[in-house]
Amino acid sequence: MRRYFFMDHDNRDQRVAPAAAWASGLLVLALLSLLFWFVFSQVRFAWGWEAVYAYRAKFVKGWLMTVAISAAAMLVSLLIGLLTALARRTSFLPLRYLARIYMELIRGTPFLVQILIFFYVVADAFGIQNRYLVGIIILAMFSGAYISEILRAGIESIGESQLESARAIGFTRPQIYRYVILPQVTRQVLPPLAGEFASLIKDSSLLSIISISEFTLNAQEVNAFTFSTLESYLPLALGYLLLTLPISLWSKQLEKRYRYAT
Amino acid sequence: MRLELSAVSKSFGEQAALRGVSLALADVGTTVLLGPSGGGKSTLLRILAGLETPDGGAVLLDGETMEYGEESLLRHRRSIGMVFQSLNLFPHLTALDNIALPLEKVHGYTPRAAAAYALQLLERFQLANHARRTPAQLSGGQCQRVAIARAVAIKPRLLLFDEPTSALDPEMTVEVLDLIAELRQEGRPIVLITHEIGFARQVADQLVFLHQGRVLEYGPAARLFAQPRTAEMRVFLEKVLRY
Repeated sequence: MRRYFFMDHDNRDQRVAPAAAWASGLLVLALLSLLFWFVFSQVRFAWGWEAVYAYRAKFVKGWLMTVAISAAAMLVSLLIGLLTALARRTSFLPLRYLARIYMELIRGTPFLVQILIFFYVVADAFGIQNRYLVGIIILAMFSGAYISEILRAGIESIGESQLESARAIGFTRPQIYRYVILPQVTRQVLPPLAGEFASLIKDSSLLSIISISEFTLNAQEVNAFTFSTLESYLPLALGYLLLTLPISLWSKQLEKRYRYAT
Repeated sequence: MRLELSAVSKSFGEQAALRGVSLALADVGTTVLLGPSGGGKSTLLRILAGLETPDGGAVLLDGETMEYGEESLLRHRRSIGMVFQSLNLFPHLTALDNIALPLEKVHGYTPRAAAAYALQLLERFQLANHARRTPAQLSGGQCQRVAIARAVAIKPRLLLFDEPTSALDPEMTVEVLDLIAELRQEGRPIVLITHEIGFARQVADQLVFLHQGRVLEYGPAARLFAQPRTAEMRVFLEKVLRY
């Protein structure tokens, strides 16, 4: 019995026997089903999928918008993160402080508050009319602060002795970044970066607050039209999982592949 | 190679590493820097490698004064082969690529020529079997030998070794020292810091004894080993030769 539900203590590579994986997996699934069945039976929820199904195009449209906004924000956030990480390592102090302050402000305040301030104050002041553009910028700025920390940690993990070797060889500074730091940092930061991108996708749901017609806002609207809460929000959860789960699995895969001894 | 230093000084904050070092070696041959830790050996070697800029004084290689602009330093570093104590190699590259990369990116070889020449060197140093392995798959001694191959590959005018065996166990130490002795046989100018005093005795043509940032003695190794003039060097030799 034990062998179906427990891992060997001396199992170094963390492999799980197929029989144990199936047994334990099914057990968890059964328990979760029981829990959900209990919850729904208690609230006696009257399902009305037909009303929501009529609005299926709205879900697809919103989902696609979320994909588009997230993809654009990912690219921009990567750029912001990279520049900030480099700025935090420069010898020019004002730039260094600026990067530090940006990072601390973003990481220290709620994203919702940032969206509101950015949308109603900053974007207004600069005359940015397009709310989708505003959404992408603020999402990228938010995520960029976290990405800069990931990249900085990656760059700093490259040992001093390697940089010395590279210098002694006669590499220029850009060459050191290009041939020594970048390839190694890429391997190291890909897993946490993938995780950050998954977060970014989820965080994009908050953009509904400034009426960006993305996935969450569309689901809210369907709910308002049909008064069918769960039928609107369950597909919403599913839609996000559809995006974040593959990224999460891919990140695990990368972690395994790049785990080389140094 | 002729090496002259005049009043070379270097401080790190409050800490004076070199306090006016002067010497003149008509022929570097194999020069061993000797002395207690913190005496300034590493700093001196790093200045010769162009990795550290002295606060004052002049360094002359074959009569040519070293300059410290970024351009000059870069050119200088590219003419010098340097091997550190450990972790010389880039962990994401194979042994072959570790040697070929600088040839290609710094010395203008085509990728194919760089790889061919790198392989040729690995063969010469009996490392050809390891060409496709990354540093993590090599022993410490093999890594150091690949690092030496990389330093030699650029046809340097001077080879510098900063305690190349002090992170190795005795067996591997021997294989690295053998290789250095072989390079000496080829007549390459070498400046070496080592704690392997027996090896130093065997290969050193010139000896420089550094103590608290000063050169207390220097000259032909045989004479210095036999008759150290200063009390500091006598005490040092007595200690390192005791066992």
